[in-house]
Amino acid sequence: MKCSIASDKFRRKFAEQIEEICGERISLCYQCGKCSAGCPVTYAMDYLPSQITRFAQLGLTDKAMKSSTIWICASCQTCSVRCPRGIDLAKIMDALRILAKRKGIVPKEQIAPLFDGIFLGSIEKYGRLNELSLITKLNMASGRPFKDVSLLPIMLKKGKIKLKPQKSNPGKEVRYLMRKVEKLESK
Amino acid sequence: MARIGVFVCHCGTNISATVDVKKVAEIAKGFPGVKFTTDYRYMCSEPGQDLIQKMVKEHNLTRIVVAACSPSLHEKTFRTCTQNAGLNPYFFEMANIREQCSWVHDDREEATLKAIDIVKLAAAKVGKNNPLQTTFIPVEKRVLIIGGGISGIQAAIDVAFNGFETVIVEREPSIGGRMAMFDKTFPTLDCAACILTPKMVEVNQSDLIKLYTYSEVEEVSGYVGNFKVKIRRKARLVDENKCNGCGTCWQRCPVRLPSEFDMNLGKRKAIYVPFPQAVPNVPVIDQEHCLYINKKKCGICKKVCPFEAIDYEQKDEVIEEKFGAIIVATGFTMFDHSIYGEYGYGKYKNVTTGLHFERMLNSSGPTGGKIVRPSDGKEAKKVVFIQCVGSRDEARGMPYCSRLCCMYTAKQALLLKEHNPEAEAYVFYIDIRAAGKNYEEFVERVQDEYGATYLRGRVSKIFQRNGRLMVRGCDTLSGTQIEIDADLVVLATALIARPDAIKLAQMLHIPYDQNRLFTEAHPKLAPVETVTTGVFLTGACQSPKDIPDTVATASAASVKACGLLSHEKLPIDPQIARVDVEICSGCLACQEVCPFGAIEKEEIVDRVTQQKRWVAKIAPSLCNGCGACNTACRPGAIDLDGFTEEQIFGQIESLTADKGDER
Ligand SMILES: Cc1cc2nc3c(=O)[nH]c(=O)nc-3n(C[C@H](O)[C@H](O)[C@H](O)COP(=O)(O)OP(=O)(O)OC[C@H]3O[C@@H](n4cnc5c(N)ncnc54)[C@H](O)[C@@H]3O)c2cc1C
Ligand code: SF4
Ligand code: SF4
Ligand code: SF4
Ligand code: SF4
Repeated sequence: MKCSIASDKFRRKFAEQIEEICGERISLCYQCGKCSAGCPVTYAMDYLPSQITRFAQLGLTDKAMKSSTIWICASCQTCSVRCPRGIDLAKIMDALRILAKRKGIVPKEQIAPLFDGIFLGSIEKYGRLNELSLITKLNMASGRPFKDVSLLPIMLKKGKIKLKPQKSNPGKEVRYLMRKVEKLESK
Repeated sequence: MARIGVFVCHCGTNISATVDVKKVAEIAKGFPGVKFTTDYRYMCSEPGQDLIQKMVKEHNLTRIVVAACSPSLHEKTFRTCTQNAGLNPYFFEMANIREQCSWVHDDREEATLKAIDIVKLAAAKVGKNNPLQTTFIPVEKRVLIIGGGISGIQAAIDVAFNGFETVIVEREPSIGGRMAMFDKTFPTLDCAACILTPKMVEVNQSDLIKLYTYSEVEEVSGYVGNFKVKIRRKARLVDENKCNGCGTCWQRCPVRLPSEFDMNLGKRKAIYVPFPQAVPNVPVIDQEHCLYINKKKCGICKKVCPFEAIDYEQKDEVIEEKFGAIIVATGFTMFDHSIYGEYGYGKYKNVTTGLHFERMLNSSGPTGGKIVRPSDGKEAKKVVFIQCVGSRDEARGMPYCSRLCCMYTAKQALLLKEHNPEAEAYVFYIDIRAAGKNYEEFVERVQDEYGATYLRGRVSKIFQRNGRLMVRGCDTLSGTQIEIDADLVVLATALIARPDAIKLAQMLHIPYDQNRLFTEAHPKLAPVETVTTGVFLTGACQSPKDIPDTVATASAASVKACGLLSHEKLPIDPQIARVDVEICSGCLACQEVCPFGAIEKEEIVDRVTQQKRWVAKIAPSLCNGCGACNTACRPGAIDLDGFTEEQIFGQIESLTADKGDER
């Protein structure tokens, strides 16, 4: 694949956007690869975490934002605490997810963003997570409706899943928080 | 009859682990002439040396053999020890049973037998050793410095500071070398002229430093302490004593030519000084292009010179001077990238080199500090730098890393951005080698603060598309092939030896490596010395060096040179060739094989016939005792003191005579 590298201006703007969202400077990364070396979930990623920073540096924004990596990232922050240049890569991953959502980019990786959406929907509605509805909705949406059915009885028996959704009282505050984050992200 | 003592060293366990040292000492007792033997943990230690001296007294020993490590390590130690024991220092032999035995074998029994043989050889030789006396030669207390770049300049200042006279011979019309071409220098970005010109002025003003610019060394003879050097002072056609550098002549000269100093990006006249701060500030006339010299026309400079300094009749002058030491500071040149078809065979005007870029950056340079496309003089906005061109390329370039191009490229990318913040800098690199004080930080700043884009990969091709230069490379870190349309491409071409390096090396009898770089005597322990005593190296003629390293080696070389000059006389090794004039037939076959030029012919009066005849004569200070002449001499008139035929045959006999007795 041949590509003409994005112009200085474009790249500078993209770097500024990322910095604005998460306060991190991608230009600091010297590609040592320590982040990728320690990341526990690279096996499921299409690019290594350090490659995502590299794409961002070169203004290959599509590659960065369409990658599965940014969605597979578990935000465990292993990379962030080990980076010799003091870059919080987990935050950059976050910023890239935000940018991808803003741009309406359809990620290669479907499940993770779906999960995130349903998870947050549940929080918004009940003020806390309703596992049963999360599992059902996720499996329906991802076209695998019977995926976890066999686990249901035992999880019910052990009390891990409740049939009736439990509500938490301060639901209003949670909703307020959600609005605020939404506003921030869509800026 | 010699009374020999043999001392066998354990060298901790270095020797004793593989060689049965006690057995060696025991058996050596039976060798002819051996009166005492022993073994000891560390012979080179003070107690070890004391032991030798004590045993010499107790047993009336007259010859010493130490069976230990290589003579290159401890021969000197034990010679001195032998001398301190009251014996001639050459009544000592070293048997190397470590490097030549214990370290290279693992069978203890076999190794012990071999060690016994080695000791036997040494004992057979030492019995026949003659007493030798160290001789001395006087020292000429002046230093010749060849090359007036920053290394030559620094060396001259340091030598003069030590109170010795020095002469700089510089080929170009001015001293200054490459550094004079630069705008700013990494990593501190101080202006090159601001830090160089004070040193140039100091050289010019010092009473102890003589400058021969526009001059070249033509012939070197003699030896340490007494070099005789012929220097050609090329005709400037301008009298240095009369000219005061007013510049009237070069302002009026009608001939305009490309300026070499400006990498052909600017113009100079036929009478010119290469740059405004030139030292000496005296022009030269380019005889190839001067109208008067070629067609007897013009003559303007002579007419306008207010000091009558122009002298068209001036001729080259060859002078001869004597020096005690020589410092070689001839610097480097740049690899010619026109061999790379993929980079346009040097035909694209906008594909330039780091030196071109330096001239463009320089505010007193040909573009007044503007970065332009040489093709049309328009400002260059998008600049692609390519590192390692001709370096790290075993196929077509130099195998080595030129060591400082990573740094000057970073500097140039930074300065580009400083000159024009809107400009874009792309740097293709393989690795970034920034190993120096504050270097890594500098390169990081260039990327982070100045926004230079570093791309990891060698460029595969530069070509033209729609009148634009296209650079096709790759960034292996992201796995993308990349094409950039560039206004200007700057190649960080390799630093290489000058074209005449071999000629100079042969003149000075110093070795050079496969890349024609002068070779130091030892890469770690004698980095500024050469194997020719009295000839030292500094700066980029030895290997690519940046200014800090160049200055450091210049000071190091001057310390070494001054150290030599601080002696009234210099000792020379007496283990050298000796001619028996009675036997010498005067064929001088020896002269041809001597690699050090140590053999001359001498006229003598034959003792028998009373006729005059020629014989060979050895210059003791030049002879290195290699023995080449010894084997070339058909009548056998030459012998090598310390390795006489008697000694060598004695050794061979000792091994062959009673073979089988102990085995
Ligand atoms: C593009 C570029 C940028 C650089 N930028 C930097 C920088 O920013 N900072 C830094 O630290 N280093 C820099 N360097 C390195 C710097 O140029 C060298 O460290 C320095 O020039 C070495 O000095 P030198 O005296 O050994 O050699 P030179 O500068 O080459 O001087 C040698 C002198 O000897 C003369 N000479 C040669 N042969 C003979 C002969 N046979 N007889 C008489 N005279 C002779 C030459 O005419 C010349 O004047 C740069 C190099 C390049 C190529
Ligand atoms: S650890 Fe830090 S510097 Fe190294 S590659 Fe990852 S983000 Fe870049
Ligand atoms: S935060 Fe994301 S990228 Fe970093 S180590 Fe954890 S999973 Fe990997
Ligand atoms: S005589 Fe030669 S150097 Fe002098 S002005 Fe004329 S062309 Fe120039
Ligand atoms: S110093 Fe850098 S650019 Fe120069 S040859 Fe070495 S690695 Fe290549």
